[in-house]
Amino acid sequence: MPESLVTIFYIVAAVLFILSLGGLSNQETARRGNIFGMLGMLIALAAVTGSKDVTAYAILAVALFPAILIGATLARRVKMTEMPQLVAILHSFVGAAAVLVGLGLQLNPTSLDGLSPIEITIHEIEVYIGVCIGSITFTGSIIAFGKLHGLLSGKPLLIPARHALNLIVVGVTIWLGILFTGHSDNSMLYLLAAMVITGLLGIHLVMAIGGADMPVVVSMLNSYSGWAAAAAGFMLGNDLLIIVGALVGSSGLILSLIMCRGMNRSLISVILGGFGTGDGGSGAMQTPEGEVTSIDIAHTATLLNNAKSVIIVPGYGMAVAQAQHTIAKITKKLRDNNTQVIFAIHPVAGRLPGHMNVLLAEANIPYDIVMELDEINHTFPATDVVMVIGANDIVNPSALDDPNSPIAGMPVLEVWKSKDVIVMKRSMGTGYAGVGNPLFFNENTSMLFGDAGENVDAILAAL
Amino acid sequence: MIIGVPKEIYKDEKRVALVPRGIEALKKMGFEVLVESEAGIHADYGNPKYEEVGAEILTDTKELWSRSDIIAKVREPQPHEVDLLKSSGTIISFFWPAKNGELMEQLSEKKATVLAMDCIPRITRAQKMDALSSMANVAGYRAVVEAAHAFPHFFTGQVTAAGKIEPAKVLVIGGGVAGLAAVGAAKGLGAIVRAFDTRLAVREQVESLGGEFLELDFPTEDGEGGGGYAKTMSDDFLKAELKLFAKQAIDVDIIITTALIPGREAPKLITAGMVESMREGSVIVDLAAEQGGNCTLTKPNEAIVHHGVTIIGYTDLPSRMAALSSRLYSTAIVHLIDELGGAENYDINMEDDVIRGALVLNHGSVTWPPPKPRNPGPAYSVDTGKRPEAESPKVPAEEEPASTCIFTKIFKMILILVAAIGIIYVGTNVPESFLSHFIVFVLACFVGWQVIWNVKPALHTPLMSVTNAISGIIIIGGILQLSQPEINATVILGAAAVLLAAINVAGGFLVTNRMLAMFRR
Repeated sequence: MPESLVTIFYIVAAVLFILSLGGLSNQETARRGNIFGMLGMLIALAAVTGSKDVTAYAILAVALFPAILIGATLARRVKMTEMPQLVAILHSFVGAAAVLVGLGLQLNPTSLDGLSPIEITIHEIEVYIGVCIGSITFTGSIIAFGKLHGLLSGKPLLIPARHALNLIVVGVTIWLGILFTGHSDNSMLYLLAAMVITGLLGIHLVMAIGGADMPVVVSMLNSYSGWAAAAAGFMLGNDLLIIVGALVGSSGLILSLIMCRGMNRSLISVILGGFGTGDGGSGAMQTPEGEVTSIDIAHTATLLNNAKSVIIVPGYGMAVAQAQHTIAKITKKLRDNNTQVIFAIHPVAGRLPGHMNVLLAEANIPYDIVMELDEINHTFPATDVVMVIGANDIVNPSALDDPNSPIAGMPVLEVWKSKDVIVMKRSMGTGYAGVGNPLFFNENTSMLFGDAGENVDAILAAL
Repeated sequence: MIIGVPKEIYKDEKRVALVPRGIEALKKMGFEVLVESEAGIHADYGNPKYEEVGAEILTDTKELWSRSDIIAKVREPQPHEVDLLKSSGTIISFFWPAKNGELMEQLSEKKATVLAMDCIPRITRAQKMDALSSMANVAGYRAVVEAAHAFPHFFTGQVTAAGKIEPAKVLVIGGGVAGLAAVGAAKGLGAIVRAFDTRLAVREQVESLGGEFLELDFPTEDGEGGGGYAKTMSDDFLKAELKLFAKQAIDVDIIITTALIPGREAPKLITAGMVESMREGSVIVDLAAEQGGNCTLTKPNEAIVHHGVTIIGYTDLPSRMAALSSRLYSTAIVHLIDELGGAENYDINMEDDVIRGALVLNHGSVTWPPPKPRNPGPAYSVDTGKRPEAESPKVPAEEEPASTCIFTKIFKMILILVAAIGIIYVGTNVPESFLSHFIVFVLACFVGWQVIWNVKPALHTPLMSVTNAISGIIIIGGILQLSQPEINATVILGAAAVLLAAINVAGGFLVTNRMLAMFRR
């Protein structure tokens, strides 16, 4: 296949990728978008396989087909509640691939043929950056996977002077980079050293971030994996890789920004880890107090039966309890009963951007009754019953009325404006932010304690 | 412990202190309940309904009073009822201690304990025991119904084949619980509703119910007098107020007055002249009739007609809706008894703000008026007893010192300068081959930025998995390294990269597909 034809195919593939992402702007076109993506990938693979640079078809087949099989099995087997883990582990693969490509290129004796000295320097910088970003992505994603899968504690690991430590690591990485581009005989050693040290940085960065900040971490890693691919594109001089890398990189960055807005925190403070260390008010935070009204299953069912409109606010607790299917049945029962049921999703509910939506979709809940924060917040005053399932910080009124609260200014679902609020929770413990929630002490709030899964089963039976 | 519910003996009082549902709750708390025969008959709660929930029905009033530890009543006890109360007994009822000094003395001699429902402090926690508010709510509604009954026209406007009917215009004076209930009820019937209150905070609430808030042509003076009640206003203010009412009287069909200042005679707001200026058939309902009335012509407990204008001065409006009022009152009583600890842990806890506030007599010693509450409580916006709507938080705007501003400006300038130098340096030193890639990179970043913002939040997870899949494009990097003259380290590393990236491609796309298939309308 002539070089120009390969390039044309690359362009077609790049356009298809852009269309693929564009298709996700709404549910109707999303599947078509995904097909565009697959098509783009097929064209790109066909083009590169057909190009004159590639002759080792046997090795390619040996590497490719088992991988496709593994990928397909993963995709089929994964539970929807495990999506965050899957996404994290896939990020790590991209990171690892970027590292491998970088190292391979460095070891390839022919990669520098016919380049001017300055081009060699640029190439070396590209390789170096690619390996470093890839390494951070790889180890960071592995740690994120461990945390999401429950292999590691979700609590942030805060070692003393961690900011200084991070800075030192960055400094050392730059220093090694300068040594690496200095054409010494030990350049491979410097590259490996940089790989190890940035890998440690990746581990440390993610270890310092707590469970509920995971949506931001996963989207940041998504972004990193994109930049790693772009860096690989630079070192290979391949525009398609650069385009895709840039697309993915900005996509992850935007997701991170959206998540941070959802928590009213700056990206920097989330990346550096440790909740409430930098921002947050100066004065004393108010601790809510008062009496808590608890409620039993029968009363909950009565409330739901008598309600004309119900809003359900799911949180990570619903995912943990796998309660979405039962909730779907409750929803159906209520809707058959002519009760209006709407789901309200906070941007940072769950452990992955859009996590709750996927779980509800899995349970066959129609997506047009699943609303976002901005769409739903004004309807709470006209709502009879709000059911909060395994969520805490995202329904905390102190975010709005206590300027000293660590979550002050975070947009929250204003559930307390409705007539009755039922909060399903294990105990009176605080949420991720460690902030007491005055909602629980409200006059119109009733607490339904216990396991969310068992409770929704019982409610379904009682309806 | 035994709770007794005597029949109300006050003239025309139809309410009963506890309804069967409340008695059910009290029995769960461990109380025994005695109910005087036919105590709830006027509120549609006959003896069988009480028997059903396990209350003991007594025909002998004396027996009921002598056996009960706690007497739950609506109206304050009459002197001969006090004689029936057993020594050291407890009474829970409306009591109005300010005007019932004699009664207090009489009860004090009997070593009685009295909890006054009208003295429950208006703090958030006590809202469920606030019987005054719930009664005022009923009264406000009923005032509109009484007005509609006496008013010989529709409330709502209509255009019919038989001609156009103007909507009625209703003026509600006083925006407390009763006033707001009246605004809502009148609006619900289709009238044009105007409301006035000296407290400016009421405006929002009136408007939220669809009423129009009238304003005085007078420099701002807020009538908020603490605890959400109104205070007495200055003379000039009063004059301006009267001028406004005089003007309105000519225009409106119905006036409902609810203006009360705690512990004082009701302010006279509607003069005889204003009444005479109203259209024939107009109606005035004076909810302040018991405290002397807001209208000079009001006769308590009567409806009179003056110059064709009906002036209603009923003081028993809640009692006219006895079933509902009794239910609401009963709920408040049950909550108060619950606050007292139920039957097992029954205790007059002087540390409890709610109980301390309501306590008028404690074993014969006068404890009224209570000391000022330790916590002033949240600022009720008005005397609706409701919590103020969550106002937008007033987070103080971060005021950056001027020096920081200049510093950031300089910093930004330096940044731009560095960027400019960087661009020029790169432009002069970096070869074309790199720059062409760089153009592609920058443009792709912008395209991505534009495209991704359009993605629905609901699809963020599929977005992540699809970007996962397409970032598997790094597979190309691996493939390009496979074709070496011999199998060397580069080939092996390349093959490993292909393997990982291909898992990504296949896994990412397929899982996205699976997810998207689930999104259904």
